[in-house]
Amino acid sequence: MLNKIRGNRAISSMLVVLMLFLSIQPVVNAAIVNTTDLVAEQQSAIDRDTLLKSLDRKEVQLALVAQGVDVKLAKKRVASMTNEEVVALNNKMDQLPAGSGIIETVVFIAIVLLITDIVGWTDVYPFVRK
Amino acid sequence: MKLSDLKPALLLTGGFFLLALQGCSSVALQSDKLLETKPPEFMQPQEISDVAFTPQREYQCGPAALATVLQWRDVSVTADDLVDDVYLPGRKGSLQVEMLATVRRYDRVPYVIEQKMDALLQEVRAGNPVLVLQNLGLEWHPFWHYAVVIGYDLANDKIILRSGEVKRHINSFSLFERTWRRANYWGLVVLPVDRLPASSNAFSYLKSVVPFEQLHKNDIALKAYKNALQKWPQDTNLLMAAGNASYTQKELINAEKYYRQVIQNAPDYAPALNNLAQVLSEQQHYKAAKAYAEKAILHADKYKAEYKKTLHGIMQKMSYSRH
Repeated sequence: MLNKIRGNRAISSMLVVLMLFLSIQPVVNAAIVNTTDLVAEQQSAIDRDTLLKSLDRKEVQLALVAQGVDVKLAKKRVASMTNEEVVALNNKMDQLPAGSGIIETVVFIAIVLLITDIVGWTDVYPFVRK
Repeated sequence: MKLSDLKPALLLTGGFFLLALQGCSSVALQSDKLLETKPPEFMQPQEISDVAFTPQREYQCGPAALATVLQWRDVSVTADDLVDDVYLPGRKGSLQVEMLATVRRYDRVPYVIEQKMDALLQEVRAGNPVLVLQNLGLEWHPFWHYAVVIGYDLANDKIILRSGEVKRHINSFSLFERTWRRANYWGLVVLPVDRLPASSNAFSYLKSVVPFEQLHKNDIALKAYKNALQKWPQDTNLLMAAGNASYTQKELINAEKYYRQVIQNAPDYAPALNNLAQVLSEQQHYKAAKAYAEKAILHADKYKAEYKKTLHGIMQKMSYSRH
């Protein structure tokens, strides 16, 4: 079966990318191989362990609260994330890009950015004609 | 002040400036090629001018951009409503993961496009505004920002965005691409279940729908799979997914139909054989169910134990029905 899967491009690409959708919770109704299982089937033991280790909804919920989100809202927000998304956030919430627009900065950097804006590398100052 | 006092400061400024430019010039921009080759399919200027404009409040480009694309897909929600869903006060901003999760909460499919200018233009041309993450600053001093690309004019080198407090923010292709590239070309289209992205293939679309199953929104997933099958009717992954979602929705006859289609294309594909066996068994077609379960075991992958369980269940039901 595995060889067959390797031979099939569509499915093998599914293995690689759909690994993201590995489900940790045991499937209650085990009668059918569900879409998530089809992926889990191809998941190597190491990846599964890594994922299990970092899948911690409570941790992410606490991290949201630590970042100023109301406790109730934090719970709701974590509940609407997939396992993979929870893993993606766990321990990384302060490093991942957070889109906010332009934040105040020190004068020196502001000047560098003004120059880079004028040369057309950056888009910090709306008044600089691009 | 002596010149020697100024030297370190000058060196520092020069150094930072070089650092600022570093990395920017090394890899060619996709835009350069687009502007040079002028692909005919992108030469017609496009602008989805009906897209509403929600000026952002301080640091809240996330909620504003998200409201813009959700409203375009008939979700009645305001940027203020979305602050509770995506704004992270401690970071003064919004994370990509939460943007995606929020789109799903409103039952729309968030599709992350391929990291290419072509994909972006294709979506805009098809009438799908693209929510993009940009780094308006520099790699070592990022200003992360969400905006919505609503148009382009390749002949006149313009990308048109709803951005921050500017309703029609215009960038040159290269400036836009630089800010987008610094954010790893992350772009998102928001779609109702009956509309496909213009730039996806069957698999990348499936990938964006699967999370609905994990969130117990099987009805949404099923509708999306069915719609995708109209475009890719023979796709094995989509057929399996539609079969499984139908099964979860207790639509056994439909599930059977999808599994049979998979088997028609790939007669030895064990998961389809097993799932078909189960669905037939639940419709009391034990004899046929048994045959498929046995075939699944014959071609079994690592799920052999599950397939044996399926067969065992069928045999049990068979013996009950005889009494």
